[in-house]
Amino acid sequence: MTATTGPTTEQSTSAGSTDAEPIIEVAHLTRRFTSKRSETVALDDVSLAVRPGEFVTIAGPSGCGKSTLLKIIAGLTLATDGDVRLYGRPVTGPQREIGFAFQRSALLEWRGVRKNILLQAEMRGMDRRRAEERADHLIELAGLTGFERALPHELSGGMQQRVALCRALLHEPRVLLMDEPFGALDALTREQMNIEMNRIWRETGTTVVLVTHSVPEAVYLGSRIVVMSPRPGRIVETLEPGLPERREYGPTLADPRFTAAAERLRELLGASHATE
Amino acid sequence: MVTTQEARPTSSSRSRPTAPPVGGTPSGSRVLTLLAESWRPAAVLLALFALWWFVAWRELVPAYLVPSPGAVAETMVAEWAMLLEHTWVTTLETIVGFVLAAVIGVAAAVLLVYSRTAEKSLYPLILFAQVIPKIAIAPILVVWFGFGMTPKIVLAVLIAFFPVVVSAVAGLRSVDPELLEMSATMGASRWKTFRKIRFPGALPQLMSGLKVAVTLAVVGAVVGEFVGADRGLGYVLLLASGNLDAPLLFADLILMSLIGVVLFVLVEVLERLLIPWHASRRGNLALATV
Repeated sequence: MTATTGPTTEQSTSAGSTDAEPIIEVAHLTRRFTSKRSETVALDDVSLAVRPGEFVTIAGPSGCGKSTLLKIIAGLTLATDGDVRLYGRPVTGPQREIGFAFQRSALLEWRGVRKNILLQAEMRGMDRRRAEERADHLIELAGLTGFERALPHELSGGMQQRVALCRALLHEPRVLLMDEPFGALDALTREQMNIEMNRIWRETGTTVVLVTHSVPEAVYLGSRIVVMSPRPGRIVETLEPGLPERREYGPTLADPRFTAAAERLRELLGASHATE
Repeated sequence: MVTTQEARPTSSSRSRPTAPPVGGTPSGSRVLTLLAESWRPAAVLLALFALWWFVAWRELVPAYLVPSPGAVAETMVAEWAMLLEHTWVTTLETIVGFVLAAVIGVAAAVLLVYSRTAEKSLYPLILFAQVIPKIAIAPILVVWFGFGMTPKIVLAVLIAFFPVVVSAVAGLRSVDPELLEMSATMGASRWKTFRKIRFPGALPQLMSGLKVAVTLAVVGAVVGEFVGADRGLGYVLLLASGNLDAPLLFADLILMSLIGVVLFVLVEVLERLLIPWHASRRGNLALATV
């Protein structure tokens, strides 16, 4: 199983090495939603290649189909037209060699923190003892120690998302897909989660695709920022600010490369809003 | 690594405990809360009892219509062996009927939720079965199954079945689609998804349905006994009515309600054992909902 490949082997090929084979390939993807009365084009001729170890953020206004794009990569919905490949294999159904983090944390409210994380192992039939060790390690990493048995409704929104993140990482996936995972959090918690996310990405070498409509989040986290237009969703521009992988929050936000990219991103999103 | 500062409550934290939660409140304060919760219904019950006693004592209504509480108590004591036997029969019919209704109801609900064909062909049938007055079926059941326990159990099942199906279908359907998508990315089988996500998620609604069903099962058993029986509280009720034995009628009635209340509380205890997470979220004690 590819999912069990250690993160250390990934690290060596990571760091956005341009010549590596893409791990996710989307070519001329179109997605239409047809109802009896109308037809909406959610995604129009979208092409995107993600290389191993990259952190790609997809930014766009709400309703631009960016979540749909992510779900198509995960095989949760299918494309109307075009070609989607994950690890070089065509995506025809739900993919299990990924980690997926949802907009809402999607936790089971009857399970405590640890058991929610271990759901991943139970569903996959992973080795129980190894999974438990890994879960305890992730709990410590995410600062959830002491809350192992707490139920989701006893946790803050930020902690719930951390649990969801631990669950998505339990089986050490090579690809992590995140659908606006911090969208429901307040600004302060969100910043904290962004800092942690950057650290987790650097430490694990996981390839991450994160969908967001927050400008600072997109630029702070992404090694590459894909900007999309509103319906029909098209890729209008790809930004590569060239920030270092390790990003201290304050200095990064003040970095001229960050401000320039953020400025450009705002402009693009603003412009696409205006044509709405 | 994460610093301890990051694990501290942030501005987004609502009612998060600062320490790992320990299971519930200490038992001492639990008793106090229970008392605080239950004195109101107890007071109302006491007032009704006083009214009954007053009406009987002043003979505002003839004693052969409304016997005094004392007379009823006397009958209960004098006839306890007979009453206990018949109570046991009715209780047994109710429990067997209820358990069967629960099992069949949940199985039917699973079928309805997972198969479009089953939904289309079975749901109208179930609805039709529900609108037939069950009491009118009782005589047919006696013809079919005789005077033993079977027709009573069947009637209890028929009456208790519907709320189970409706609540189980609603519960199974209420699953968050995101949870199902998450399950798909984990490569989980349908059975695992059902066992670990769908069924536990349906339990709160299912348990409400079961609470309604258990009280209805008592009705089913008693109605079954009305139509043709030589045992059970329904049979005793008919006898007492024929003899104009008001104290026995009242004693019988009290026992019937007791069966219902006791079984209801048992289902509630079961609910607390099965879904403590839900109960803790609702945050009130057992008697508050009785």
